[in-house]
Order: sequence, then C-alpha cells, then structure tokens
Amino acid sequence: MEWLREEEWMALALSLRVSLWATLLSLPFGILTALLLARGRFWGKGLLNGLVHLPLIMPPVVTGYLLLILFGKQGMIGSSLYNWFGITLAFKWTGAVLAAAIMAFPLMVRAIRLAIEAVDPKLEQASATLGANKLWTFTLVTLPLILPGVIAGSLLAFAKAMGEFGATITFVANIPGETRTVPSAIFAFLETPGGDGAAIRLVIISVIVSIAALCVSEFLAARTLRRIKGQ
Amino acid sequence: MSQNSAMLQKDKTLEIKIRHRFSSFELDLAFEAPNGVTALFGRSGAGKTTVINAVAGLLKPDEGRITLNGNTILDTSRSLYQPAHKRNIGYVFQEARLFPHLTVRQNLTFSKRFQRFQTKHSINKPPALKSALNEEDLIELLGLNELLDRRPAALSGGERQRVAIGRALFKKPGLLLLDEPLAALDMQRKSELLPYLERLRDDLEIPMLYVSHAVSEVARLATTIIAINKGRITRQGPAAQLLADPDAFPQLGREEAGAFLKAKLLSHDEADGLSTLAFSGGTLLAPRIEAALGAELRVRIRARDIILARKAPEQTSALNILPAIVQRIGNQQGPIVDVSIRCGEDDILARITRRSLNALELAPGTPCFALLKSITLTRKDIGIHEPRP
Repeated sequence: MEWLREEEWMALALSLRVSLWATLLSLPFGILTALLLARGRFWGKGLLNGLVHLPLIMPPVVTGYLLLILFGKQGMIGSSLYNWFGITLAFKWTGAVLAAAIMAFPLMVRAIRLAIEAVDPKLEQASATLGANKLWTFTLVTLPLILPGVIAGSLLAFAKAMGEFGATITFVANIPGETRTVPSAIFAFLETPGGDGAAIRLVIISVIVSIAALCVSEFLAARTLRRIKGQ
Repeated sequence: MSQNSAMLQKDKTLEIKIRHRFSSFELDLAFEAPNGVTALFGRSGAGKTTVINAVAGLLKPDEGRITLNGNTILDTSRSLYQPAHKRNIGYVFQEARLFPHLTVRQNLTFSKRFQRFQTKHSINKPPALKSALNEEDLIELLGLNELLDRRPAALSGGERQRVAIGRALFKKPGLLLLDEPLAALDMQRKSELLPYLERLRDDLEIPMLYVSHAVSEVARLATTIIAINKGRITRQGPAAQLLADPDAFPQLGREEAGAFLKAKLLSHDEADGLSTLAFSGGTLLAPRIEAALGAELRVRIRARDIILARKAPEQTSALNILPAIVQRIGNQQGPIVDVSIRCGEDDILARITRRSLNALELAPGTPCFALLKSITLTRKDIGIHEPRP
C-alpha cells in the first residue's frame, strides 16, 4: 500500500489492537457491573453508579493523570504490579489498553444496563420455577435476551477506545510504535511541519473505521433481535 | 391395607398455612389441597396470587409452613426455606411467560437439564405423574405436535398457554400451580383451552391449585373450592356442594351463580339434533353434544336459567322438567332469592324472585319441579371426559 506510510500503518494497527483488548477485557466487568446496577439492591449502589460514570464526566486529562498516579511505576497499584508480576503499564501499549478501557467503560455499561432493564424479570421467575438456579437463569435466559445490548455496548466501547486521546496521551505519552495510537498520531502530525497529508489520511481512516464499527453493530444487533423475537 | 392407602392419599396433598402483611391488608389462611383441582377463588387483590407465589417459592411469607407430599418446603419457625428452583412444583402463569428466544420444543424441555439435579438434591419425591402420561402423550394431549419448531412470537394466545402448561408438566412436578391461565384470553380461546385443562385434571394424579375469579371456569374445573376475600378464607369445600349452596353467594359472585351435575351421555336423537344425558335425578335433553356415548359430562346449570313450579306443567316448551325437593333457601333480604333444590342425589341452585318464593310457599322439604330450557345448556357449559382407549 503506497498511500499509507509505515508510521501511519503502525498507528492504525496499534489502535486496533488496543481497542480490541480494551473491549474484550472490560466486557465481563461491564456485564457484571450492569447486572449489579440493573438488578442489585445493595448499599452504595449510587456510589458505584457514580464511579462508573466518572470517566465520562471528568476531563480525560484528569483521568489520565489519576491513572498515572495509581498505575505509574511509583503508583499505589502500579508499584505492586511491577514488584509482584513484573508488569509495567505506564508508557506501554498495555497502559493504553487500560486507559481506553476505563474511558469506554461507562458507555458499555449503559448500553448493557438498558438491555438488562428491558428483560422482564417475570421470565427469570419462570426459569426459577422450572428448576434453574440464578447462574443457569442468567446463562439460558437473561444473557441471550440481552445479547443485542451487549453487542451494541461492545461496539460502542470499541469505537470510543479507537478515538480515546486525552487520558491515553497523559498516561502513556506518545511513543511511536508503542503508544502512538491513531488520535495521538494525528496530533503529532499536526504539530510537525508538512505533516498535514498524513494527518488527513489518518482522519479519513478513523472515520471509515468508526462508521464500519457502527454498521457491524447495527447489523449484529438487528440479527440477534430478530432471532430473539422469534422470526 | 386401607390405612396404608389412606396414608398414601394423605401423602399427596399440599398443606398451607401462611401469614403475610401487606400495607393494606393481612393475608392469614390455612388450607389443604387434595388431588384434583383446588380453585382459589376470589376478586383480584384478594391475595390469591400471593398464596401460590408463596407455594412456588417466588414470595417469602412473613410466617408460615407449607408441606407438599409430606415434605416441608417452608417453615418460618425453623428458618426452613427451599428456594423456587429446588421445589418440585410446576407453575403456569397468567401471561404464559414463554422464553421468546427459544422454540416451543426448547421451551418444553427447558427443565430437562435440571432434572438430574432435582432428583439428586431435592427432598421431594420422584414424579407423581401417571406413567401413561409421558412426554409424547403430553404433546399429544395438549396438541403441540404442529407447534414444536415455532417460536412463541408465532403462536396465538391459546397456543402459548398450552405450551406453558406443557412446559410446567415436562418438569414432572408433584403439584401444578395455575394463576388465571385463561384470564388473558378472549372467549373463543378460553373455550378452546378449557377441554385441555379438564383432560389434565382427569388424567394427571397430581394436585392442581387453580387461581381464578371467574365462576364459570371454577364450575367447570374445580373439585374443591376455597373462596378468599381480603386475605381470609370465607368458604371452602367440595365444588359440587359449595356451588349449590345458596349462602355461598355473593362470596362466589352473584351473576354467574350455578351448580353442576355429573351426567353420562346416553343417546343422540338424530332427527331433532338433541342428546339425552342421564344423571342421578333422571334424564336431561340438551342440544347435540359431540362426544362418544357413555362419555362423562359435567353440566353447568346457571341458577337464573331454572324455573320452579309446584305442579308439573303441561304443554310447555321447556324440555326438561325435573322433580325436585327444596333443600335450603338463601338470604331473603333483596328481591332475589337463591334456592337449593335436590334432584336425585345432585343439588342444583335456582334463582327466583322473593315474590315467587312466597307465592309458591316454598320451604325446605317442599316437593317441586325444576324447569330447564334445553337451549340454555350450551357447549361452553359442558365439560366432556371421554375415557381414554
């Protein structure tokens, strides 16, 4: 491919890898959190809800800085991770995954939570009277019914992760090949004299990837919905 | 031997005693449900659904003890509470509650994967279904063969409810709960589904608890009636007895009052399109009933369709003139009086004006005649039980 230079390809590949991991890793937590928020009755539910939504309302730079404090090599969590497992997140692509996951988390949880709230609890009661315990009921009844919401939430999170910039650049900086995702690359090219062409190409790529994600999400959600509604 | 069978009989019942406080009233009742259909009858808001939800394990009453087939599934005094999924109970809800993402077949077999678990861990007894009623028979009996590969969205209301009944019975429960299974259906679908419920009552050897606020359903299905009002039992007893009791109304609902007779289909009169039924007090003529000769019938007779006479009238259009004896006379406060009369060994209820009561000088023991127009015996008032070949 002539029209994308190696540096630009690297940024795109990294962005895709970071977003994919961010989405996959946060999915189980997203479903669990959405379940707690939709069906749970416990003290501190409002607090959990606020915490989940924090990245959505805080400036991304603040989120990135908090991540640096917590997960940096000297940070509270970061130092233990390094000492016990030898894992470093700051200034690594894995750190970009964490930043993207945290920023995308509220969007994912919201979509899944709405789907769970749309499931009639009476169906879950029926499942219980047929001998299914809570876990089986979730696996056989709730999960299949919320699948469109899970897909939509995941794709939304993926798109958000693709576009994440502020928290990422604050937490893991802008290292070519390691942490320079597409948005960071666009930012860097714009700062460089004569980098306009590269920036434009990456902008076009971003738009295409976002629209593709949206289309796939709509298609999958519509298909599962059709299956669930029984046509 | 007889004591043994009596114990077995006792073993199969459901015993309930619960108290539960709501903001507006308190539920406080105790009863026993033998084999057959026990109808929990009362207005909406009387607490009927609360009772069966407590039995199913979907609601934890403040206080109570529930025993099924001799096993305690709830005893608040001992902090014993068996969760819903471990109780050997089938539940048919008012709105079917089929799983929309599964086919009819998958809905029916949903409980299968838990059955091994059930028998291993549940303290309840193994299936109480007659061995003759295996899964194929159930599909046949409920007419589900054509529906197996469809999804709930493609079913009519009546079909959905049939699948829901099948799904509950595939679990091979020791007790079947039905919460107004006909209430969400139109008249047509109701009369479609009633014969299926009658067949279940006659073919299954498990107690059924049937919640309803419709006398017509209760009169066709119930073997025992428990009338509930504001969380208390107001009346209870065998259905035939209670429905013919003039004092049981208005607790059971005034408009639809009426008792039922057990009869047998004797013969058809092809020329006039009539059928002759035999019952303990003689014979009845009804518009032709499509059933095999010898079929057992349960004929509901509305109290307001009966005319009482002191002398047998001649040259009347009413085809059924039944000799009877006045048993009891109900409340005489208003212009209308319910009178219980005995024909042969069956009691039926007649509704007349107080003026007629006085004019005819009716009192307990008075011989009289009950006139019944054949055309009032419509198909939906007649339950048919044809012996299975």
